[in-house]
Amino acid sequence: MILFLALITGILTTVGIFLILRRSLVKVILGLAFLGHAANMLIFTIGRITKGKAAFVPEGSLSPFEPFADPLPQALILTAIVIGFGVQAFLIVLFKQNYKSLKSDDLDNMNTTDML
Amino acid sequence: MMNILILLPLVIPFFGAVLTLFFREKITVQRTVFSVSSGLVFIVSLFLLDHVFTSGVFSVQIGGWKAPFGITFVVDKLSAIMISISGLMAFSTSIYSFGSIDAEREKFGFYTLLSTLFVGINGSFLTGDLFNLYVWFEVMLMSSFVLIALGGTKAQLEGAVKYVTLNLISSLFFLVAVGILYGIVGTLNMADLAVKIKTHQEPWLITTVALMFIIAFGIKSAMFPLFFWLPASYHTPPAVISAVFAGMLTKVGVYAMIRVFTLIFTNNPEVTNGVLIVLAGATMLVGVLGAAAQNDIRRILSFHIVSQIGYMIMGLALASPLAIAGAVFYIIHHIIVKTNLFLIGGIVNEIKGTFALNKLGGIYKAYPLLGLLFLIPALSLAGIPPLSGFWAKFSLVKAGFEAEAWFITGLSLFVSILTLFSMIKIWNEVFWKDLPEDVENIDKFSGFSTAKKRFLFIPVIILAVCTLIIGFFTAPFFDAAAGSASELVNNADYIKSVLGGK
Repeated sequence: MILFLALITGILTTVGIFLILRRSLVKVILGLAFLGHAANMLIFTIGRITKGKAAFVPEGSLSPFEPFADPLPQALILTAIVIGFGVQAFLIVLFKQNYKSLKSDDLDNMNTTDML
Repeated sequence: MMNILILLPLVIPFFGAVLTLFFREKITVQRTVFSVSSGLVFIVSLFLLDHVFTSGVFSVQIGGWKAPFGITFVVDKLSAIMISISGLMAFSTSIYSFGSIDAEREKFGFYTLLSTLFVGINGSFLTGDLFNLYVWFEVMLMSSFVLIALGGTKAQLEGAVKYVTLNLISSLFFLVAVGILYGIVGTLNMADLAVKIKTHQEPWLITTVALMFIIAFGIKSAMFPLFFWLPASYHTPPAVISAVFAGMLTKVGVYAMIRVFTLIFTNNPEVTNGVLIVLAGATMLVGVLGAAAQNDIRRILSFHIVSQIGYMIMGLALASPLAIAGAVFYIIHHIIVKTNLFLIGGIVNEIKGTFALNKLGGIYKAYPLLGLLFLIPALSLAGIPPLSGFWAKFSLVKAGFEAEAWFITGLSLFVSILTLFSMIKIWNEVFWKDLPEDVENIDKFSGFSTAKKRFLFIPVIILAVCTLIIGFFTAPFFDAAAGSASELVNNADYIKSVLGGK
């Protein structure tokens, strides 16, 4: 299971890096989305996966029995997903506006702010 | 009582932001709300400073969950100093924006966004939890993304694309590093991390994560070789937005780096400090050389932000109490001076309608006060005694000699000379030389209303006076920086305040 998730994380990262290195802005958005998913998968995997053991405290004891599924990585991922969603919505609007004013989505045409 | 006080720097601007949303069409109300809220934050921060310097670090557990489980907010000396400076910056830039931001931008939520920006900044300074720090960074970044694109001119959108993309990648690095750290250590509370990492079995794993944090914060604080988004984007929005960004945002990255490397990743200082000191030297040199090639006031100043970040990182990397005190003092000095320089650049642009050096000239002849106001922060930035920059550099150089780090110290002195060269270049081209003959003489100053003149000049004068006060009455400021440094180097107080007992 862990190996499978690790492979998925690796594939998502590869795809993400490949896409953000493309010249088209649309692909950059997709690349950032892929990298975001890769980061979430990584946190999920590295937070140690335990199947079918929810972190409930049984009656009469003070902590859940080991091993139990740690809910914290999932809470982190949930927060990261929400933030990532907002950021991506903004990115799409920003890149669209930029396309409107520049009439091009080629990154090579976006070097005027770096001119001397 | 103190528990409420610690949260006020977050709550006040947040409520300010919500209030401004109700008055979209009434700009005067928005202005009042923002300047009052930022003034209140400054007053609160003075109480925090007083409390921290008399009775030490104190912390609040949100919701009453005990330390490693709940969300912790901590105020130590460094946080209190940073909060007070952010309050001062919010207040002075608010006045400046009354005179310089157009009605269009004000109606589209300029003050709301600026308020949420400062919520994010103050949150980053106060939090005691790494994941919470990530969330505050995002709050800050989201507001800054919109602020940099607000108005939607062609250059702004292009700058925003670069700014947003690079900062998102830095956030991803941060998130991944936080995730991996949780996987290794099993906690994200900074104080708890500090305790657990000291005795951790696999120090090299921890060092690897520490290097990922260098990348994440290195992009945020514009460190070599990850700085290139900064000079490509900071000169595109209106001057007051650049000024806030230049003053505060990169310094939040430096603050995070200081916090993380003095508190958490102290187990393998040879590697982390070794990497940091090389990057610090390269940052200084590349920044200042980049500035030498530029021909636009704000682009020169943008490259100088990069260069100055190198000094702060150098202080952190040398890691002696004096060096960290120097770094903290440098941050105090730099935020005030750099914001002020951008604001003055903005005034020049308001008068002449351009930032380009070859289209400017003769400002000193027409406006000697503006020339004088430029000279104070410019010479302070270059480190001319007795202004604030001199003391900052002096303590760093002294710490460098004490640590026998001859190369980096020599480099920092060399970079100061090049900084002076850049400042003299702006002075010569903008203020001293006559206006080039082929350039049409534009002078919009006589068209300004009295209120506008006041709004533009009062914040600049306030910040210049701050620079002078820090320069001439250095002792209390340096004692504060030294106090925060000794607290950072010996982090037992911080840990005790958060985790209690022991």
